Amino acid sequence: MKPKIRVEGVYKIFGEDPQGALDALNAGKSKIEIFEETGQTVGVQDVSFEVGEGEIFVVMGLSGSGKSTLVRTFNGLIPPTSGKILIDDDDVASCSAERLRKIRREKITMVFQHFALFPHKTVAENVAYGLKIKGESAASRRKKALAALEQVGLAAYADSLPGELSGGMQQRVGLARGLATDPQILLMDEPFGALDPLIRREMQDELLHLQKILKKTIIFITHDLNEALLLGDKIAIMKDGRFVQVGTAQEIVDNPADDYVAAFVADIDRGRVFEAGHVVTDPVTVEQNEKGAAEKALQLMEEHNRNALYVLDNKKVAGLVTYQELSVAAREEGRTDLTEVMVTDVPVVDQDTPLNELYGAASAGHPIAVTDKRGRLTGVIEVEAVFSQLSGDASEDETGEEGSTPPAEEKTETAQGGTPR
Amino acid sequence: MISPADFVQIPLDDWVNSFVRDFLVPNFRPAFRAMQVPITKVLEQIDTFFHWLPMLVFTVGLTLIADRTAGRGVALFSLVALIFIDMIGLWAETMTTLSMILTSVFFCAVIGIPLGIWTARSDRVLLVVRPILDIMQTIPSFVYLVPIVMLFGVGMVPGIIATIIFALPPIIRLTNLGIRNVRGDLIEAAEAFGSTRWQMLWEVQLPLALRTIMAGLNQTLMLALSMVVIAALIGAGGLGLTVYTGLGRLNVGAATTGGIGIVLLAIILDRITQSLGDKKGVQTPSLWQSLRSLFSASKADVGAQSGKPA
Ligand SMILES: Nc1ncnc2c1ncn2[C@@H]1O[C@H](COP(=O)(O)OP(=O)(O)OP(=O)(O)O)[C@@H](O)[C@H]1O
Ligand SMILES: [Mg+2]
Repeated sequence: MKPKIRVEGVYKIFGEDPQGALDALNAGKSKIEIFEETGQTVGVQDVSFEVGEGEIFVVMGLSGSGKSTLVRTFNGLIPPTSGKILIDDDDVASCSAERLRKIRREKITMVFQHFALFPHKTVAENVAYGLKIKGESAASRRKKALAALEQVGLAAYADSLPGELSGGMQQRVGLARGLATDPQILLMDEPFGALDPLIRREMQDELLHLQKILKKTIIFITHDLNEALLLGDKIAIMKDGRFVQVGTAQEIVDNPADDYVAAFVADIDRGRVFEAGHVVTDPVTVEQNEKGAAEKALQLMEEHNRNALYVLDNKKVAGLVTYQELSVAAREEGRTDLTEVMVTDVPVVDQDTPLNELYGAASAGHPIAVTDKRGRLTGVIEVEAVFSQLSGDASEDETGEEGSTPPAEEKTETAQGGTPR
Repeated sequence: MISPADFVQIPLDDWVNSFVRDFLVPNFRPAFRAMQVPITKVLEQIDTFFHWLPMLVFTVGLTLIADRTAGRGVALFSLVALIFIDMIGLWAETMTTLSMILTSVFFCAVIGIPLGIWTARSDRVLLVVRPILDIMQTIPSFVYLVPIVMLFGVGMVPGIIATIIFALPPIIRLTNLGIRNVRGDLIEAAEAFGSTRWQMLWEVQLPLALRTIMAGLNQTLMLALSMVVIAALIGAGGLGLTVYTGLGRLNVGAATTGGIGIVLLAIILDRITQSLGDKKGVQTPSLWQSLRSLFSASKADVGAQSGKPA
């Protein structure tokens, strides 16, 4: 698929002599050395990446790493010193002012860290700003603004002034303003940075929820790795104006490119990054109506070194038997009907349930059944596997299992189903 | 003692004399005369109107305006002050002065606001304009009265021109300041949605700078009022003339009444324009809005909860 945004070799140097700084960069000097020697600030250096349509691309980095500078080059608020920024087929870095204005009006909008709402305009007027600039009639502006406010749950506040709203509500207005012109691309520069953790969490969920419906291409800036991992289909870690690693949440957490990334990853909430699908193993099962099912089940458990096993009824999960109970019943008492000793109250989850939601299911100590949309068993999760993945030392065979699922599919699942609602 | 003047003497006064007398006046007099035309036109309109308006109608009207903009106290003060001015026999002079002031302020706004916008948008323009404003504000007004008389003659309109020169700087400075002080992220937001420069000016910069611009207008108005006596020196009438003739004839009574008239007019105009700036000011919700939010505080809470998505 053709990427929506393609960024090629973007550099941004702040100062009088960008060429000198570029030469110094090519000679291998660091950002600090260049600043000390020439007084030029390297904002962004050699950034290239692509974002597909409908993807959330997160740029994560510490303060001063150049995130804001980078994202502002995408809508031309900051012209890059060199490089290309292709949105569809237009190069934002080199197109005419007229063309740039058209792109801003029609394709790309921005949500700001400190909301940047116009204090003299009502909430609805703020949301309608982009439409007014495009020259839409007052009636259609109002209608679209109300629809956008409806999406973020603030339609009742249409005629308030932004100053009368709380921070979280103001940022919802900012989001509605970004969405009102129905752009294809949304740039979000630390949009939740100014909000307290609870509201922030709520807004993240809301964004994911909206994204499921709207399917915008989003560039999202944050300095919070947990937020990055939660939201991003792809994540870039930025340091000193450069991308040090680009990948999916799982790739970054599993294989940090260097010590810098590893230090970040060290204390993230792995339970939110990894999903049931990551720790699943192939199921070992018996059909409950099979002949000699009990003996077969015992043999299978011995063979695979398991102490519990799922029983299916026509490929659907019927229940679970433990080795202990089944061996007593079948081998000592001669009762071979599986349904008599079967536990039917078993934990069942989806492939894309985050690990931190498996604690409850795991508490019974039984392996957890993973089913597909039609309720068929696709795998089981051993309780130990959950905890070893969470603690970061997943054993080889589990990662092996995980590798067998196609990564592309995994990625989309993260984006669309990875959040608890 | 030796002094530099023993060696070189600069006849600066002669130079200026010959520049004005032999160059400016003969060559540009018609141009300067033409400049008076719009001022004369506006002044005539305003002056005729205020002299035609019956005293009572004017008083009631201004009192109502003061009540709407600045509140009960200022309204009451205006009412009493205007009646007092009428009683001390200075009504006609006051109207003349008012027309003169309003004409000056009108032209200050027409020249000053666009110039202020221009200086706000270009650092280079600011670099040129700022020293000129500094000179305008430091040079004693008596200095430019002479060339003004030579170029424009004497009378009301030359008086207004002197007033404009004197009162123009604050409106330019504060328009510039107001626009430059609009928060950078708001400018960025306006730009990010594809605003043209005009849209940015009209939708964001001017409304947000309005409070500062109004403060500039208020200062300009006050400066214009402080020029009325000086303008009387070159033939402008009104309260300034009352003071000036009182001074010339050592008539303390006339000078005092004229002075009181000016002060009362100044207070009324100051209060009203100041409150205009406050009222129009953004960020602060209007009285009506704060009252409404006060009474519907509990309702707003409920709204805030239902506003969150389920
Ligand atoms: N207008 C400017 N002039 C000079 N240097 C600048 C300018 N804007 C940014 N910089 C420099 O560029 C670098 C990157 O800044 P940027 O604002 O992009 O960082 P950031 O990652 O967004 O940080 P934060 O998380 O604090 O917002 C910093 O070193 C900063 O000092
Ligand atoms: Mg930033």
